[in-house]
Amino acid sequence: MPTYPYLKIDHVDKSFKRGAATTEVLKDVTLAVEKGEYVSIIGHSGCGKSTLLNLVAGLLPVSAGCVLLENKEVNDPGPDRAVVFQNHSLLPWLTVYANVKIAVDKVFSSTKSKQQRHDWIMHNLDLVQMAHAKDKRPAEISGGMKQRVGIARALAMEPKVLLLDEPFGALDALTRAHLQDSVMAIHAKLGNTVMMITHDVDEAVLLSDRIVMMTNGPAAHIGEILDVPLARPRKRLALAGDPTYVRCRQRVLEFLYERHHYVEAA
Amino acid sequence: MNMQAVKTESAAAIPLATSGEVLRLPAPKASYLQTKLLPAAKDFAANLIPPLVMIALILVVWQILCSKQGATLPSPSKIWMEARDLIVDPFFVAGPQDIGLGWRVLTSLQRVAIGYGFAAVIGILLGALVGQSVWAMRGLDPIFQILRTISPLAWLPISLAAFRDSQPSAIFVIFITAVWPIIINTAVGIRNIPQDYRNVAAVLRLNHFEFFIKVMIPSAAPYIFTGLRIGIGLSWLAIVAAEMLTGGVGIGFFIWDAWNSSRLSDIVVALVYIGGIGFVLDRIVAFVATVVTRGTSAN
Repeated sequence: MPTYPYLKIDHVDKSFKRGAATTEVLKDVTLAVEKGEYVSIIGHSGCGKSTLLNLVAGLLPVSAGCVLLENKEVNDPGPDRAVVFQNHSLLPWLTVYANVKIAVDKVFSSTKSKQQRHDWIMHNLDLVQMAHAKDKRPAEISGGMKQRVGIARALAMEPKVLLLDEPFGALDALTRAHLQDSVMAIHAKLGNTVMMITHDVDEAVLLSDRIVMMTNGPAAHIGEILDVPLARPRKRLALAGDPTYVRCRQRVLEFLYERHHYVEAA
Repeated sequence: MNMQAVKTESAAAIPLATSGEVLRLPAPKASYLQTKLLPAAKDFAANLIPPLVMIALILVVWQILCSKQGATLPSPSKIWMEARDLIVDPFFVAGPQDIGLGWRVLTSLQRVAIGYGFAAVIGILLGALVGQSVWAMRGLDPIFQILRTISPLAWLPISLAAFRDSQPSAIFVIFITAVWPIIINTAVGIRNIPQDYRNVAAVLRLNHFEFFIKVMIPSAAPYIFTGLRIGIGLSWLAIVAAEMLTGGVGIGFFIWDAWNSSRLSDIVVALVYIGGIGFVLDRIVAFVATVVTRGTSAN
């Protein structure tokens, strides 16, 4: 048994420099995520949640501290930490199939044959129930469908950690609920390690094993970590009145709206 | 399709309750002529008739203005009489220097094709460099901004001195005319690639070449084609002027030659040719652009 955690964010600071001015966004963030765990990061807008995700993804360099994946430091982006972006980020000139293909061809060019790659693409599109639209372009499908394809593209890289950057933020409530159920089902089936950014309390409680609550910036840090001891599979309707669910929800709300009230001017 | 399937199922379930049967009556089918051909013909006529009317009007006014005694320019009827061979047969060959305008235009087009081809390739590559690298932009952009304001013909003596031959000099002038808008537009297009696409490429670890082919070019394609379209227009403008000075075969030299032998009617016919070809060239690039950028601009 390894004694180190699967993913470790170790005393990470992040500051942005613009000319002489330095803005400290994150200060001393430490978090350990176990394999197969679903962790949500919640906080008010502007608190640096997305910055933290970008640091783990390697899209931004850390100012101090380090990010360790399987005890190895990661500094640059790579398919082992696949990102599902908030606005899907599909390439609009490629079909749904080709958008997943570009990832699969890159990651499995030497390990899978052409036929295997095709099967793997279709398998992932099936997982998100988008195989029927494989020849459509992103402009021809709905927002929820685009996000599904984005998830398929990320899953197809077989990442060690799946990073979700407010994946359901731009969707309407019904589509969002539907997609949350899909993500839960996929997580149950594949057992991915997931780190999700969100600002939706219900979403965080419903999906996560642990909820990481961030204080307000500047120099944001982890204010509190809440375990969500709800058995899986979780059912949206049954949970609504569940005392544990209500208690967790209450804790997050208290944190966000009483102790770390969002100050517009800050 | 699904609707039909549902309908037949429910129809099969119904007979338990009722004895009636649903008969589908065929809808009266409109003929192909009515649904497709007539509207298309109407549309076509609506687009074609106004310009034809305008051209006829212009010809009439021109005829009236130039029929007076002592008119300096030829009237349309005079042009028709004097330059009929040029108008009706673009591809005659009556002697080494007495050939149809079609041949001359083809010679000019060949020069444009070579010069413009170089300009497109080098322009897109340089534009990608300037758009992608901040240092390349800082170093090269001021130079480009100055060089692009130089008139194409001002380059002609330099290129004649360098190449010591009229053919490559004319091609170089085309190149140097067309390359600036292509560089500048490509650079703008590359600079405007959304950060999301760059992030996707970074997560996938696309190398520089893959990024160039799979993300940069398609993403910047609308901008690149704007540059290419401006470029083809400018090259066609420049080739006429360049050929007037370098001589040889070509539509530009034909005009100069006709002027020297006072064949004004021939010049007018040549102008119509130049305008027509320029229009067609522009349309071709625009058509290619719409085909290629279908996906990108749909977003």
